[in-house]
Amino acid sequence: MLAYMIRRVFQSVIVLLVVGLVAFSMFRFVGDPVDNMLGQERTQADIERLREQLGLDENFVVQYWRFLEQAVQGNFGLSYRQGRPVADILVERLPATLELALVSGLIALIGGIALGIFTAIRKRGIAANLIMTGSLIGVSLPTFLIGIVLIYVFSVELGWLPSFGRGEVTDLGWWTTGFLTVSGLKALILPAITLGLYQMTLIMRLVRTEMLEVLRMDYIRFARARGIRQRSIHFRHALKNTLVPVITITGLQLGSIIAFAIITETVFQWPGVGLLFINAVQFVDIPVMAAYLMMISVMFVGINLIVDMLYFAIDPRLRVDRKGGH
Amino acid sequence: MTKTPVLSVRDLIVEIPTRRGVLRPVDRVSYDIHSGQILGVVGESGAGKSMTGNAVIGLLDRPARITSGEILLSGEPIHQLQGEPLRRLRGKRMGMIFQDPLTSLNPLLTVGEQLTETIQEHLGLSNADARNRAIAALEEVGIPAARQRIDSYPHEFSGGMRQRVVIALALCAEPELIIADEPTTALDVSVQAQIIALLKRLCRERGVAVMLVTHDMGVIAEAADRVAVMYAGRLAELGAVRDVVMSPSHPYTAGLMASTPLASIGQKRLRQIPGSMPRLGALPDGCAFHPRCERATDQCKTGGSPTIASGGGRAACIHPLPAAKSEVTQ
Ligand SMILES: Nc1ncnc2c1ncn2[C@@H]1O[C@H](COP(=O)(O)OP(=O)(O)OP(=O)(O)O)[C@@H](O)[C@H]1O
Ligand SMILES: [Mg+2]
Repeated sequence: MLAYMIRRVFQSVIVLLVVGLVAFSMFRFVGDPVDNMLGQERTQADIERLREQLGLDENFVVQYWRFLEQAVQGNFGLSYRQGRPVADILVERLPATLELALVSGLIALIGGIALGIFTAIRKRGIAANLIMTGSLIGVSLPTFLIGIVLIYVFSVELGWLPSFGRGEVTDLGWWTTGFLTVSGLKALILPAITLGLYQMTLIMRLVRTEMLEVLRMDYIRFARARGIRQRSIHFRHALKNTLVPVITITGLQLGSIIAFAIITETVFQWPGVGLLFINAVQFVDIPVMAAYLMMISVMFVGINLIVDMLYFAIDPRLRVDRKGGH
Repeated sequence: MTKTPVLSVRDLIVEIPTRRGVLRPVDRVSYDIHSGQILGVVGESGAGKSMTGNAVIGLLDRPARITSGEILLSGEPIHQLQGEPLRRLRGKRMGMIFQDPLTSLNPLLTVGEQLTETIQEHLGLSNADARNRAIAALEEVGIPAARQRIDSYPHEFSGGMRQRVVIALALCAEPELIIADEPTTALDVSVQAQIIALLKRLCRERGVAVMLVTHDMGVIAEAADRVAVMYAGRLAELGAVRDVVMSPSHPYTAGLMASTPLASIGQKRLRQIPGSMPRLGALPDGCAFHPRCERATDQCKTGGSPTIASGGGRAACIHPLPAAKSEVTQ
């Protein structure tokens, strides 16, 4: 197991290096950074000086190495647009995105597992069939459309919930949270549903398929033959076996929630990193874009690692450190 | 016999409605099993052996269902039970052992968790008592160091040991009846005999009635008291093992014996029955075996299919082999 984990960590580092290379290449090849940083009235001397300052005259590998060194320390340079350190801007924006992702992740996970189990064990019921049909629509509608429909119904027509922004936030010094005020919580509802709905239907369908599969297994039949109660068969014997494959996909989905947040944040003008990224793209703010890319990939890789460890926690067959008896 | 049999199956019919008509994987099957007795059930693949066992324990998969006949457990009719009352019977009064011990145990629960759950469900013991009972159950089926192994997961046991665990699970609430559907087919030959010996011992010691489904005539000869031969969903022959093996009455049984390598019979070479068992959707009129039977006459090809009752004795056959002659047929 230890060897496996070491291998996984090693793989993760490689992935991050590759992403880092892409981010670095953006600096090098998308526009000329010197061009970007110096104004119209520049002299050849200015350019030379800046090139040297930025290390652009050195060879590629050295530059890449320096970029990585800086990145690891969280230093991505100054935003072209705001003239402030990118890291500061990201840290400022991150709480909004993480809170949104957390809430919609929970909605997706809890709703998806509950509905998945329900539709699997009541697979012939009317309610289950309605939910399955509904979920098809949920999967096929684009996120922004769902967001707009929700805004139309709950903000414009009913006027119950705000249509944009984060509401009132509380500043805890190192973190700004919308969880502590009523307006903050109200503002969270629509974006969280919008962002979580797609993942929820995915998880639901996955749980349902897996659960139906597991319910056909011999050990479920054997449990039935021993007179084990339905409830225990569903929630003790079947659910646990269902969760093993569900965890991987769900873990990856949580990563993509953060990535998908770009769209939701744009629709709801949610002041998170996704909106920051979209604005950065509009202004070709390369440092911000590169930093965002790196941050998202670190999250993905980190989530992947955690998912792998959860595997071990759930499935005893993978814990090979115990002695198998024969 | 005057004692009520533990299991009494009367004219059982199981039907499967399909688009091309209704199939009968089990057709007018009747047999009894008494306490402490092992009934061996043999027959070609698809003969309806598993279907009969599943019908008894109420685990028929849709759309198969019992359409007629009776199943009596110690005299009580159970074929109409459903839901909760049926669940309470399973495990408590009748248990089932499946073919493959690798897939019969939940991989994510320890052996102890699966045992205590079953014990507590049916016997309502405290955690500590249930655990002790689980350890005793494992010891009884011959798991060494049961006290230590009880917290192991199924994958930490070998195939033979796993089948012992399965047997412990089926027997832990002390049922009167065990249905064992090919319990040794998936096991190593060397382990098979041990498992059969274990079943036999538990059957004798506890007075459990056992329905033992198998393809292996050797297992039948070794363990069973009586044997039921099935063909195309019907009972072809039913009788004491000695009689059926040494002097088969139904031509199908005779053919089955001739095609089985059984040293104890002392036959010289194996013979195959010509043809193959008909599909359920395309059963011939009359006796289902007649197209493959050397003794068939016009009488066998028309009219209803013979049953053991109408065949007048041990075999569902209009022209049974005479008891004395059957030994010379080889
Ligand atoms: N859903 C179904 N639809 C149609 N036919 C079915 C269905 N389920 C089972 N059967 C048929 O029922 C018959 C009885 O099957 P069963 O499993 O009882 O055979 P078996 O004697 O246990 O055979 P084996 O030795 O292979 O285990 C088979 O011919 C099978 O094809
Ligand atoms: Mg079978």
